[in-house]
Parts: sequence; C-alpha cells; structure tokens
Amino acid sequence: MKLSINGASHEVNLPEEMPILWTLRDVLGLTGTKFGCGKALCGACTVMLDGQPIRSCSTPISAAKDKQITTIEAVSEDKVGRAIQQAWVELGVPQCGYCQSGQVVSATALLRNNANPSDTDIDNAMSGNICRCGTYNRIRDAIKLAATKSGGAQ
Amino acid sequence: MNKPLKNETLQTEITNISRRNLLKGFALTGFVLAVGMPFAGFAEGEEAPKYGRDAMPNGWVDNPLIFVAIAEDGTVTIVSHRSEMGQGVRTSLPMVVADELEADWSRVKVIQAPGDEERYGNQDTDGSRSVRHFFMPMRNVGAAARMMLEAAAAAHWGVSVDEVFAENHQIKHRPSGKTLGYGELAKAASALDVPDREKLQLKTADQFRYIGKQSTKLIDGEDIVSGKAIYGIDIQLDGMAHAVIARPPVYGGKVKSFDDSETMKVPGVIKVVTLKGSPPPAIFNPLGGIAVIAENTWAAMQGREKLKIEWDHGENVSYNSDEYRQQMLEASSKSGGKVLRSTGDITKAMETADKTFKADYYVPHLSQAPMEPPVATARIQDGKCEVWAPTQAAQAGRDTVAKWLDMSSDDVTVHVTLLGGGFGRKSKPDYLVEAALLSKAMNGRAVQVTWSREDDLHNGYLHTVSIEHLEAGVNEQGKTTAWLHRTVAPSISSTFDAASEHQMPIELGMGVMNIPFAIDNIQLENPAAKAHTRIGWFRSVANIPRAFAIQSFIAEMANELEQDHKAFLLELIGPARKIDPIELKDEWNYGESPEAYPLDTGRLRRVVEAVCEKANWGRDLPAGRGLGLATHYSFVTYTAAIVEVEVSEEGDLSIPRIDIAVDCGPQVNPERIRSQMEGACIMGVSLAMVGEISFKDGAVQEDNFDGYQVTRMKESPREIHVHLLPSDDFDTPLGGVGEPGLPPIAPALCNAIFAATGKRIRDLPIRYQLES
Repeated sequence: MKLSINGASHEVNLPEEMPILWTLRDVLGLTGTKFGCGKALCGACTVMLDGQPIRSCSTPISAAKDKQITTIEAVSEDKVGRAIQQAWVELGVPQCGYCQSGQVVSATALLRNNANPSDTDIDNAMSGNICRCGTYNRIRDAIKLAATKSGGAQ
Repeated sequence: MNKPLKNETLQTEITNISRRNLLKGFALTGFVLAVGMPFAGFAEGEEAPKYGRDAMPNGWVDNPLIFVAIAEDGTVTIVSHRSEMGQGVRTSLPMVVADELEADWSRVKVIQAPGDEERYGNQDTDGSRSVRHFFMPMRNVGAAARMMLEAAAAAHWGVSVDEVFAENHQIKHRPSGKTLGYGELAKAASALDVPDREKLQLKTADQFRYIGKQSTKLIDGEDIVSGKAIYGIDIQLDGMAHAVIARPPVYGGKVKSFDDSETMKVPGVIKVVTLKGSPPPAIFNPLGGIAVIAENTWAAMQGREKLKIEWDHGENVSYNSDEYRQQMLEASSKSGGKVLRSTGDITKAMETADKTFKADYYVPHLSQAPMEPPVATARIQDGKCEVWAPTQAAQAGRDTVAKWLDMSSDDVTVHVTLLGGGFGRKSKPDYLVEAALLSKAMNGRAVQVTWSREDDLHNGYLHTVSIEHLEAGVNEQGKTTAWLHRTVAPSISSTFDAASEHQMPIELGMGVMNIPFAIDNIQLENPAAKAHTRIGWFRSVANIPRAFAIQSFIAEMANELEQDHKAFLLELIGPARKIDPIELKDEWNYGESPEAYPLDTGRLRRVVEAVCEKANWGRDLPAGRGLGLATHYSFVTYTAAIVEVEVSEEGDLSIPRIDIAVDCGPQVNPERIRSQMEGACIMGVSLAMVGEISFKDGAVQEDNFDGYQVTRMKESPREIHVHLLPSDDFDTPLGGVGEPGLPPIAPALCNAIFAATGKRIRDLPIRYQLES
C-alpha cells in the first residue's frame, strides 16, 4: 500500500494491521517517533494524521490510507511547529527528551487548531503525553510562549 | 549526537600521548562492591580510606588529551564520559571544560565516550555524583588545555607566556594585541607536555563564563525537539534483526517447556531462541526465557504472543504483596532485629516519657519506568562484540557482556547512546547481555532487543517495599527524649547475595543512621526481610520511605502536641552544628569524606527557614486547602519542600503550588539544577499519589501505564518554585542534584493533606484514600 509521510509517498508491502509506529521506525527508518507503551497510554508515539494527533503505536497503517502522516521530523516545516520547537529550546523544556517528540507533535496540533489555548485546553490536549522526567510546567510555559510568538495569545 | 555512534576514535589534533605522572586518579578496587558502589568500612591494617571520586572504581582522569580535541577550524570537541539521562550532564560537564578552556560554547561539540573506565575514569552514572565528582577533574582538563594553547602561542610569537592570555577561543598577546585562534594553535599545542596538575592555573569564580550562570543552552536541545537525537532504541545497523523476550514472570523461575509452532508462522519471524537464565542472585544477569527474533519489532511482538510456555515458577511464586505487608508489620512490631545503633537508654526513656507516639509507614514497590524501556543492540564480528545501549553503567555492561560471551572485556565495546530516562533502572546492564547473546545466536548478526512496557514493569529491578516503624517519647516540656526506628525492607544487597536479609550501610545511610536530631535516647533496628524479586536503585533509593516516614511522623507529633510544625521540626534538629557521620555510625556518608561532608544542621535549618519564608508558612488558607512541610538530607545535599494542596469535599486533590529550597553547595549549572528539582517534585507527587507495583503469586500485577500510573500534566502541581540557596565559593564541596529533590515531596504532600482535611496518610500511594 501507499503511505504519505511528511509530504513524500512510500510504497510498503506490509500487513495492513501493522501499527504506523513500527512502520515508521523499523521499516522506513524514521526513528524520531518513539515507542513508550504500545497501548496508546503514554503519547510518546504521537504523530499527526491529516493534522490530528494520533497514537501511532495503536493505529494500523490501514487507517492512514489516503491521508497525510506528519511526524516530528517534519514539524519544523510548519510555522507553528517551528515556534513550538523554538520555545522548547528557549525554555529548556527537555530533560531526557525521549517523550518530547510526542509532546512537540501534540503541542503543535493543539496550537494549529487553537491559537490561544487556555490552561484547561493545554491540560486536555497534553495529558495523554507522559513525561517521566516531569517537564510539564515548562511544557505549559513553552506552549504559551509559542502561542505568543506565532500570533496567538498576548 | 546527530547520528548513531560509530566506534569513533577521538579525532584529536592534540596527539601528544606522553603520560605524565598521576594522570589517572586513584584506582581503588579493594573496597569496592561488585555493584560499582564504593563500600565504606575498613578493617584495621588496611590502607587509609579514600573518599568521593578517589574511592570510585577506576577513579578519575583529568588528562586533556583524553577529553579535548581541537580541530584546525577551531571546533572544540569535548568528551562526555558520563551518561545523559535527562540530568543535563552532557551539557554541564563539557561546559566546565569549555569555561576553563575559554572556549566559545557555540563552537563546542560533545561526543559520548564508550564504556572504558581505564581511559576515562569512573562512568557509573548514578548516586547524584557526576558533577559532584568530576567538576574539579573537568576544570583541570580545561585549564591544562588552555595553558597548552597559551604556551604554543607564546612560542610562536617568541614572547614570554606571561604576556599572553586566553579569551573566547583566542590567545591574545597583551602588549601587541596580536591574536591567534585555537584552531591555528591546536597542532603546535598538541606537541607540548601537559602541565603538571600542581601548576594548573584555574580560573577564579569571577572569571567564569558559563559555570554558575544560567545562559548555557542544552547541547542536545535542538536534536531532541526535532526528533534527531539518538536514543538506544534508535540505533539502526545494516541487516539488524529485532527481538523481544518472554521472561519468567516470577523471579528465579525458568522455562519448563514451550511450543513455538504458531510463532514461526507469523510473517517476519526469523527464529526462536531459548535463553538460559541464571538462578538468584540476579546481579546483572539476564533472566532467561524465550526470545523471538524477527524482521521488525512488531512481528517479534506478534510472534511472542503466540508462544505457548509452561513455566517452572520456583519458590518465589508464594510472593503476595498483601501478605508480605503483614509479615513486615509483624517484624516491625517487636524488638529483636539487628540493632544498628543504641544511644542512651531507649526503654527507660520511653517508660518515663510524658507522651509517646507510634506509627508504621508503608511504601510499596515502585518501578522506575523510564519512558524509553530497556533496549540494546549488539553485533559480533571477528571475535569482537559491539553493543549500543542507553546505559548508566557502561563499564559494568562491558564486563558483564564479556563474561557471558566468554570474551575479554577488551573485545567488547559498549557505545553509550542518549538514555530515554534512567532513574536507576539502566544502572543494571542485564538487557545488554540479552542483546549480545541473541547476536551470538544469530551468528553475529546485529540484533536489537526491545523491552515492552509490560516487560519493563514485570521484570524490573524494583524499588524495595518497606515498613518504617517509628516510636518517640516526649517529656513534659514538649522535648523529644526518645526515638526508635525499625526499618524493614528487602535490601538491594539481595540482588547480589541471595541470602542477604539485612540492609547495607548504603541503604541505612539514607535517613536511618544519619538522622540530624538532637535526641538523647536513640535506638535504630533492622529486622530481617527476604527479597522475592529483583531489588534495585530507584532515584533517591531508600531516602523515599525514610523521608516519608520520619517527616510525616514529626508532623504528627507536632500536631498532637499542638505545636507549630516548623518550630517543632527546628527544635528537633537542634542548634546549628556539624555532626561527624562516624559518631552516628553512618559508615556510608554517600561515599564522601566525613571531614569534608559532615551533616551540617545549620544548612538543614537554613533550607527549612528559606522554604517557609518563600512559601509564606503559617498563612491563612480557605477551607479545603493546606500547606505541608518536610525536609531531608540526601546525597550530601539539603532540601526542604512545602506543598500546597486543595482537596474538594469529594476528595479530589489538586496541587496549586510546591516550593522547594535546595542547598547543594556550589551550583555549576543552576538552570539544570532547577529542572532536576522541578522533575523531582513531579516524580515525588507521582509516587505518592499513584505509584505502586504489587505482586500476586510471585508476579507483578500492573501491566502498563493504565495499571502502573504516573502523574500526568492534569494532576501535576500548577506551580513549582525552586529556591537555590546561594553558595558562590566554588572551592567548597559540591552536593548531589539528581536525586535529593525527591524525598521530601511525599511527606510534604501528606502533611498538606492532613492540614487540609485532617486525614493522615501512612500508606502510599494515596490514590483513593481521600474519597469520602
């Protein structure tokens, strides 16, 4: 089947029920998307499917037919995504950094749909992403900073 | 790290290989546990004890030729020999080198050392030791390299070295204003002798460019946010196969029989391999089981699901958490355990006390659950094995792999990737051995073994389970005169000696022996406790249950005595004084010298006072809100925290704010100290609120992040305020940072809950205990 990932088309010959996560990582070599739980519980594997955040560990490639997959590797190509990344670096959000691919993708998806998110909006959008190092407060601050810089919140 | 680490030899432009005397620190092996932690306690007639970095296996190295390379374009490459797991060490230690070297941070590149302690000094990245032990050696490295560049420039210009100085990646000639860049000087500098350590001219604190400043950005920050950073799970080698392993669900169990016929039908599955385990003690050995090797991880997981395995569970099948808790309570309820310290007369003091107190505090097993589960990749070629892994123990990993492959350690290379979290789990290199054995089973083909989250929770090296039994007596004046502490918990030593039922000095020195209280009659006891699972380190280790118990107990006493908690706590700590750990029979003292690192109650008092001031202790709060205070000394650092909670009538808890005050001595990278403290606050809330691993019939009951919960953004504290106590004297001893923030959080939280609701929590996790 054909997969559209970060604007490029990939022909893969794989079982349709294979999760997007392992297709990205083990077949296509796109390792920015991380494995954390395999059960859509931690958000480390978050990618965007037609702009909506999904857990790629529990989404089969069949669900991506005729849709656009966007991974962490392409987040910087988007103005909002780049603002999120810059805010993350500026505020020193990452500790170990392993969950941050998923956090950045979730935050980018949030800000694309909601330029000026409230604390509750941020909680709701980000609580599916676990950070074991405990960077939540800086993530919240960085989302607000990125919102300001990309023209949202004042 | 932009690409997978290759067997990269340092591209050094400084190629002088002459060895000066004392380049290496002291390699001490005589008093070292196999587990890689120095062991205090010395028999008569042995040589004088060594402490700190001198006492660590393979000591330390401060040779600039090992740690620094300068290319002709001026790029300065600095080796990080400690593992990066989120504490920021790949930024903080190279930053120290760069500062003394007067290097421009934007022209610094950091590369990661493979496991090779003979070359780099100790690499066990645990115990909150990296900056504490290597601040001075890394200053030496930078200063020596700087002086070599200065000498090369002076020789080039034919002037006295006194006339030249280094500034921001250049050497300048003061009288003429001439300059030479580091890249231009690198080759000439490399031909010079490394200056003797005694002649190094270190900077003074006012000359620091990066040390103690907030300005240095994370070296891996950009790579992390763009998905380019390489963790263990991201290693991809030519022809690499992927494996998962079905391990015995019960510690000490083994495979009785298995049927892999359905597994082999799964598309992509290549091979099924039986892995021999090893009977307890676990040490760092793999648990054995049945491995499924496939073309991708998913196929391997599918194949594993189809395995039919009959296990021989062994004797630990009797392990049930509920029953074990009762056994520990029974053991803690009576005297007769091993007496650790007896000061004064505890029996008489309790009998004559005006008021007595007694309580038991329970902390269950916890799993470190780093977001990147254990994973390792191995390849064997031409009689040599290469392993790529996120490991806190690269040298131990190398040695353990060598042992299992029957190779020399010289023929094993362990490349250290970024760690997606460690928290102590990745101090045990069992998973590196698994990858090596599977590569061997595949005739040397590269194999990556990935642990699922279920594997991580079911087959970990868990934080112990514990009962801390406390009793106290108070006289008519309200002064505490008696203190009894019975600590009951399976010891980490059981992981190295299956017969061990008592705690090691390392564990007892985490808040049992080294209590800072001015009390005349003290009795400390350690009843036996047998381990039924692999017990390991978890961030801040035994300090978690000790701080929870002691700091909760003190709050309970203060409440009962109708005294202000802060005042009562300070009274108990007593006047500012420096207590010799040896007087406390604390043989451990975090491996540090008792002279350089006494237990300083003045510093403990100061963090208590600071946090109370910053959080406005004693302020009026609306109904349902409360403040809780706790303090703890660990990893030679002093912390105190105040948690503010709000509890609804239904029992829903939220945490508007946490304040934490920290005195860790000189602050090398304050920005990363803050981030470590913020993270510790959240991990402390997490383990207190929802953290629990429980056993039934010998097996862990929690499978994933639904059963073993961790705090998410919604439940995390709204605000965290970190207060670093100033200490500008960089010649004073450094304290640890990665772990000390954690211990005071759970008790401060529980004390806040009591203040808000009158409900006292003695069993963790809190979970549903607040529901009305």
